[in-house]
Amino acid sequence: MITELGHFALILAFLVACFQAVVPLVGAQKRWPGWMAAADPAATAQFLLTAFAFGALMWAFVTSDFSLRLVTLNSHTAKPMLYKITGTWGNHEGSMLLWVLIVTLFGAMAAWFGGNLPPGLRARVLSVQAMVGVAFFAFIIFTSNPFERLAVPPFDGQDLNPLLQDPGLAFHPPFLYLGYVGLSMTFSFAVAALIEGRVDAAWGRWVRPYTLAAWVFLTIGIGLGSWWAYYELGWGGFWFWDPVENASFMPWLIAAALLHSAIVVEKRESLKSWTVLLAIIAFGFSMVGAFITRSGVLTSVHAFANDPERGVFLLGILAVFMLGGLTLFAARAGMMQARGVFAINSRETMLVANNVLLAVSAFIVFVGTIWPLVIELATSGERKISVGPPFFNMAFTPFMVVLGLLLPFGAMMPWKRGKPGRVLRTLRGAMVLALAVGVLTWAMQTGRSALGPVGLALGAWLVSGAAVDIWTRTGRGPIAGRLRRLGRLPRADWGKAVAHGGLGVTMAGIAGLMAWEAEDIRVVQEGESFAFSGYTLTLEGVERVQGPNYISTMADVTVSKDGTRIADLTPEKRVYPVAQMPTTEAAIDNGFLRDIYVVIGDPQENGGWAMRSYYKPLANWIWGGSILMALGGFFSLSDRRYRVAAGARKSEAVPPVPAE
Amino acid sequence: MTRMLCCIRLLVAGTFLLGLVLPVGAVEPGEMLDDPVLEARAQELDDDLRCVKCRSESIASSNAEWASDARVKVRELLTEGATDAEVRDFFVARYGEYVLMTPTRHGANWILWGAGPLMLVLGGGIAAFYLRRRTAAGTGDEEGLSTAEKARLGQILDK
Repeated sequence: MITELGHFALILAFLVACFQAVVPLVGAQKRWPGWMAAADPAATAQFLLTAFAFGALMWAFVTSDFSLRLVTLNSHTAKPMLYKITGTWGNHEGSMLLWVLIVTLFGAMAAWFGGNLPPGLRARVLSVQAMVGVAFFAFIIFTSNPFERLAVPPFDGQDLNPLLQDPGLAFHPPFLYLGYVGLSMTFSFAVAALIEGRVDAAWGRWVRPYTLAAWVFLTIGIGLGSWWAYYELGWGGFWFWDPVENASFMPWLIAAALLHSAIVVEKRESLKSWTVLLAIIAFGFSMVGAFITRSGVLTSVHAFANDPERGVFLLGILAVFMLGGLTLFAARAGMMQARGVFAINSRETMLVANNVLLAVSAFIVFVGTIWPLVIELATSGERKISVGPPFFNMAFTPFMVVLGLLLPFGAMMPWKRGKPGRVLRTLRGAMVLALAVGVLTWAMQTGRSALGPVGLALGAWLVSGAAVDIWTRTGRGPIAGRLRRLGRLPRADWGKAVAHGGLGVTMAGIAGLMAWEAEDIRVVQEGESFAFSGYTLTLEGVERVQGPNYISTMADVTVSKDGTRIADLTPEKRVYPVAQMPTTEAAIDNGFLRDIYVVIGDPQENGGWAMRSYYKPLANWIWGGSILMALGGFFSLSDRRYRVAAGARKSEAVPPVPAE
Repeated sequence: MTRMLCCIRLLVAGTFLLGLVLPVGAVEPGEMLDDPVLEARAQELDDDLRCVKCRSESIASSNAEWASDARVKVRELLTEGATDAEVRDFFVARYGEYVLMTPTRHGANWILWGAGPLMLVLGGGIAAFYLRRRTAAGTGDEEGLSTAEKARLGQILDK
């Protein structure tokens, strides 16, 4: 019964979205207030209906209702409750439902908190957002209906892919979707502004929180996914340049560019048409991501749907929105006049450089991702090639190095007109520190690779540059006064410093890990010890353990240094009998400067076990930096000017209260 | 080679299953060479050869049987004194360019390799053009905001 209600709610939401896509838009063109105002309740209704549908599906998973095809295929009674819940989106249909739920959530948020938007713009934004909703509702209802029933329900389900039965991966999709779909909001704003034919500073301010939120969620989502790959795939790889990963990375890069160019629109009323174009492209990349993941066109480890019908439908959605958006852009771009004037030596110029670097690097990832497909299509399948990590490492990394080199400098350059010499003088300390770190690492390392020293120097440059940036914001005077002022700085300033520092930490982590990683692969007898990277590892024993829905071969490994025991690790190999799939559970001793990563392999013919041990320097810095970047985004998001803008309508009704 | 071919037949039958098999960081202790220099070279080659029966994985990271056979073959060739290029050629001759994780620079692939630098020049050029125009422009206040709109904008921005 609940399932049918959920199904019904989903169809109703589709119809409401159709209504919302048309009526407010017509209202805004004809200036009919009643028609424009219809957008708000429609957006709320759309969200509530979709939320109900999603809740109904979750209920079916929680209660293991195997009369639903989706539940049978992806769940099992013995599965832990957490994964019954997260199993709702651990499959194609359910995850698409989550996707539209977020589309409607963002739409509803624009209706709830968009009180200070001009009514025309708000009606148009909500209408465009509803068009996105219509497309994806139709996709779900016509190609991927989660509420399909089975005529004869089985006694038990086929279990969720064991890879997805993991906290890291269970929460990775919702964050990614919040990011992808957040960019639909910037798309809606861009299209609405193009229809209106006006982009001004206020528009930049309204668009920025959505971009920022989308970028923060993408950061968290990508970070979680990479962390999961690190501990789950059994050899500590954290990034594979897999098409599906690239699919999330491209919108991240474009969102980062958009984030910065929207600042120029907001503060300086320049770069308008570029920002609008970026907003359109950013959502385009989100949809390319959806297409890559869902269509199975570029088969990869992650692709979990493989159905041409869906691929064609998604390609259609992508084509309609991109062609529509870009055509509109071509027709209206001329109307956006830049106002701010600035010199070559200015923050504006540095932000243009930031945008060029980020956009070009996103483009490289894009070309590398689709190139095998292009070659195959162009030669009608005669030539097949692979574009693997070596290409991306070579083609992509230089851009990030240049970006990192310019960043602290650009971040401190004044608006309009600045003196590069003065900025460099302020950053002298940071530069000396970075150079010292680089030289010291070069001298201390055994190999001759430049990767480690360059990465660490870059990290030191970014972190100390961010520190100098925030410190100079406190002005002049005695240290005590400056320290006090530090706490009172706008949160956006803190956000900027923390996010930029976080990028430095991540860069240092990636370089350190790739430069000095050590591995050891050997056969170990139970009770045997061996030395590895300054540690002594002992395989104490191996036993079989029965889990809730899996059987585990669990090894007991102790790690000691100079005779003192530092860690007890239990790497596992699990077999999920229902899904008939093995998984590896690496055991990791996390540390600030290094991880020790142990994996147990197969038993050997002559006794003993294959064992892999890895020494992973600075591994946690990669995710630590991602957390800092996300945190910086949250700080900026909570900046007073957004909160005030959000509450502006209410404050108009209330008589002004004297401050403090 | 016969063992390899036999395995391939088996694996083709089970490709679907294989797609689901996880990489567990593959090279097995039994496959490794005793000579550390040669083994290091072999591992570098492993990273650059694709497991053709897997989904976008190198033979270094796949635990599929095909990848294991390929790793053994790499080591066999190296022990026989083959250079890195000869090992690559051996695999390319049998499985095509597809087996190389680093795309070659032949034919249309120059577009792939050139895409980044080309885009940078193009993007940089457009940006430079824009910047020159922007810095040369006077105070072009052409966009018409009504007084009420200006007041409202000021109100929003000053908060």
